[in-house]
Amino acid sequence: MARTLINVPPKAKRGQVIEIKTLISHVMETGYRRNEVGAMVPRDIINTFLCTYNGEEVFRAGLHPAIAANPFFSFFAVATASGKFEFHWTDDEGNVETASAEITVE
Amino acid sequence: MSPAKALGALLILFAAVPCLGAEITPADRRSGYADMSRETRAMEDDDTANPGMLSVLDGEALWNQKAGAAGRSCADCHGDAAQSMKGVAARYPAFDATRGRPVDLEGQINICRGDRQQAAPLRFESPELLALSAFVARQSRGMPIAPATDARLAPFTAAGRGLFNRRQGQLDLSCAQCHDDNWGKRLAGNIVPQGHPTGYPLYRLEWQSLGSLQRRLRNCISGMRAEVPDYGSPEYVNLELFLMQRARGMPMESPAVRP
Repeated sequence: MARTLINVPPKAKRGQVIEIKTLISHVMETGYRRNEVGAMVPRDIINTFLCTYNGEEVFRAGLHPAIAANPFFSFFAVATASGKFEFHWTDDEGNVETASAEITVE
Repeated sequence: MSPAKALGALLILFAAVPCLGAEITPADRRSGYADMSRETRAMEDDDTANPGMLSVLDGEALWNQKAGAAGRSCADCHGDAAQSMKGVAARYPAFDATRGRPVDLEGQINICRGDRQQAAPLRFESPELLALSAFVARQSRGMPIAPATDARLAPFTAAGRGLFNRRQGQLDLSCAQCHDDNWGKRLAGNIVPQGHPTGYPLYRLEWQSLGSLQRRLRNCISGMRAEVPDYGSPEYVNLELFLMQRARGMPMESPAVRP
């Protein structure tokens, strides 16, 4: 099943500032809710998001329980060389979701 | 003025109030989209920012996945949804001749599952049913709402209209009192929308998930402190029919985003 949506411009000029947008489906369970029988629902949120550009870290975010389900990130990077953006989301259960997008820099 | 005269004047005033309520003219109709913040509109418009699109992609996978004892997928009968499902969500609910009643999109998906795939029906508001209905509805995006012109639907549409205009619940409110008579004003901090079902299933930020029109109707009905019918009840389908008639010609937005 599809888990992520990535928007990286396929082409950019060298030195151009590009916007990157990512969306992932995740419940982002806060750990503060109770279920129908009154037991606490364990916290399960994405706690770290990381983006690398040709292997180099260009963006990192720490997430906390107040962040809504299906977190969306928008951030900027400078297009320096053709290559690959890779995205990693890590949640409290240790699941790592990854996605990538290619860019051609002219 | 004597007390009796004052009372008389007051009675006349109150008698006149319900007459103010009238159906919205086509020129005045507006989608809830128009009242959203710039940021929320941008979220709906951008397919990589609209969380409803995650479900659309899930729905596309389900469309092509074989299910049930028949071992058939939706695509095995319907082929490419971009062609076969174009405009379908814009004309549902439709009349089902074998059942002798109208069915909405979710109902039709479950009828297909039962009759063609010999699979168990999908639960209302389950991620799978929402995903499939979002995927089908997405194929009608931008198309005008064009309810079926089937004469057999008329009594059900009339029943839906009756429900829309009937006062109910502890607050003794009808749908029309908010959505025909007082749209554009504020209820607490929120703008009262006209209540056109242009974007279902839609992603509500408040729900943090996709939800069907029936879920939204349940919200309003429980807000009026009236008895909430179960999911799949004919009352909802009748209301959906009437609402689609009322929104005839407005563009489909599914999957929409709402606050």
